[in-house]
Amino acid sequence: MGQTLFDKVWQQHVVKANDDGSVLLYIDRHLVHEVTSPQAFEGLRLAGRKPWRRAASVATPDHNVPTVDRDKGIADPVSRTQVEALDRNCAEFGITEFGLDDVRQGVVHVMGPEQGLVLPGMTVVCGDSHTSTHGAFGSIAMGIGTSEVEHVLATQCLIQKKPKVMRIQVDGALPTGITGKDIALYLIGQIGTAGGTGYAIEFAGEAIRALSMEGRMSLCNMAIEAGARCGMVAVDQVTLDYVQGRPFAPKGALAEQAEAAWRQLHSDADAVFDKELRFQAADIVPQVSWGTSPEMVLPVTGSVPDPADARDDVQREGWQRALDYMGLTAGTPIAEIAIDKVFIGSCTNGRIEDFRQAAAMVRGKQVAASVKLAMAVPGSGLVKAQAEAEGLDQIFRDAGFEWRDPGCSMCLAMNADRLEPGERCASTSNRNFEGRQGMGGRTHLVSPAMAAAAAIAGHFVDIRDWQ
Amino acid sequence: MQAFTTLDGIVAPMDRANVDTDAIIPKQFLKSIRRSGYGPFLFDEWRYEDRGEPEMDCSKRPKRADFVLNQPRYQGAQILLARENFGCGSSREHAPWAILDYGFSCVIAPSFADIFYNNCFKNGILPIVLDANTVDDLFRDCFAQEGYRLSVDLQAQTVTTPDGQILHFEVDAFRKHCLLNGLDDIALTLADADAIRAYEARRQQEAAWLF
Repeated sequence: MGQTLFDKVWQQHVVKANDDGSVLLYIDRHLVHEVTSPQAFEGLRLAGRKPWRRAASVATPDHNVPTVDRDKGIADPVSRTQVEALDRNCAEFGITEFGLDDVRQGVVHVMGPEQGLVLPGMTVVCGDSHTSTHGAFGSIAMGIGTSEVEHVLATQCLIQKKPKVMRIQVDGALPTGITGKDIALYLIGQIGTAGGTGYAIEFAGEAIRALSMEGRMSLCNMAIEAGARCGMVAVDQVTLDYVQGRPFAPKGALAEQAEAAWRQLHSDADAVFDKELRFQAADIVPQVSWGTSPEMVLPVTGSVPDPADARDDVQREGWQRALDYMGLTAGTPIAEIAIDKVFIGSCTNGRIEDFRQAAAMVRGKQVAASVKLAMAVPGSGLVKAQAEAEGLDQIFRDAGFEWRDPGCSMCLAMNADRLEPGERCASTSNRNFEGRQGMGGRTHLVSPAMAAAAAIAGHFVDIRDWQ
Repeated sequence: MQAFTTLDGIVAPMDRANVDTDAIIPKQFLKSIRRSGYGPFLFDEWRYEDRGEPEMDCSKRPKRADFVLNQPRYQGAQILLARENFGCGSSREHAPWAILDYGFSCVIAPSFADIFYNNCFKNGILPIVLDANTVDDLFRDCFAQEGYRLSVDLQAQTVTTPDGQILHFEVDAFRKHCLLNGLDDIALTLADADAIRAYEARRQQEAAWLF
């Protein structure tokens, strides 16, 4: 019997199988940021432990960093303490860090692939649930808590039980205007936020193959929003082309040897999955979330649902609470929802392709007068530099957007970038939970092109009709 | 880590599905570099009327009277009863730290998000999965009886209700062992240091680009 992609990578990383069915799993790459690591480093210090393999970990501050006036330092003393703690810990334990003054600094899940720190077939962890992003490279990538951050630092391993494996196939050509983000939101809407709990998901099919690496990263990034700790896409030429030549990627003969191994990273034709689901790409239209959970999502052509149509009491209560929180009325067409702010960026949509797609929508246009703030926040210093080299920053600025420095920014609003109570945002981030972008803030998740078009129109629009 | 063996405690019902870790502990409290002190900010946006900030004195903050943890009958609760997909979202371990710091050491729900579930075991919290109908019954009884308590025995893997009904739950053997004994699993893994080194030596031959 053939093996799944997940099984192949898993098997290559088993250090030891335990009697209870768990394994000691070796971790190739550990990405570190300032929020979930200080207590882990403190744990090492208290126990007198050292990192097992320093070179496996690479750090960058992202969650807390300012996206304006960076030369003035971090104004919030609590945030500054945390970023400085990362600097100190990395220096003390000998871990490479791309600090605030380094052009390579950025959202950890943008920085990692950009540097070639994430390679096909690796096991990748980070104290951040959106580590699932890196499954786009055919790697097993998962978010962990701080105790496990400490465990990986100390041992380079994790004790893990093998999850079940689900394949989600999206058949047919990718329709115009549909991105990895739309596919992710559509699938979460179909299977629910707990639909992938206990599973690793492999995304497959023609529409997935048609995605760029940026699109695949957006998709795998949101696997966690379906409850799956990892999402994966098989390695193909698109993957290999992306990896080639990146600073930490293998070079020369080693690269050839690696590529030969990476070409094996796909599920065998006769592989058996614990669960298989199929969807048609033609059914996917640009998506907009309306509620306070990523599964509360609709096509832009849809209307806000009526709690009377919910499947059960728990869902009905959830929908009603979401409508109240979001200040929406059942039956309102999505395209009539007006917005106050726009955020383009995050580990989901902070890569160069995202800014190209958004810039294409706003070129030569103006942000609607009713929109208080439209922000474009590159995912890394290098994405920013690339966008500026292409003149994208000028397109955004001319349209009335603010062009910021890289960081997580208003995806989770740990820095000064946040919504005020009642403000409504078209956001390219990944979570529309209550308070996620600021207490009382109302988040609608969309693709970069949809966010950009909403900034111009002042409300959501179907970008397939965009002139 | 604090061991978990048995617990007899008041139950607080958190009657909503998909409670995410942003709700359990909002982002502004993640700026702390400590493991403790999160309890007063547990469910901050649901619990208080104002916007919480780190280091605030919560005793003077306006509370939302209708929120479950603000109701007198649930003061001193040690068991949190919850709905499906509890702990979804971010991997922040600050969520179980806040739950523990508040005084809960057991959460009962029909399902949990994977990362949160795992994080609980690392912090001396026992997350118990019971089927949805059973959890429904517990909610009903909890609402009906003031001072409703449950008794949890990890060794026996049972939850006992006030009327003597015994509910069995499943828990992974290794996690149970660590929780019962309050074990540091880093020390356990380091006992396999030779196996890790042997693995690395082999992988360096097979896949040198990883090193």
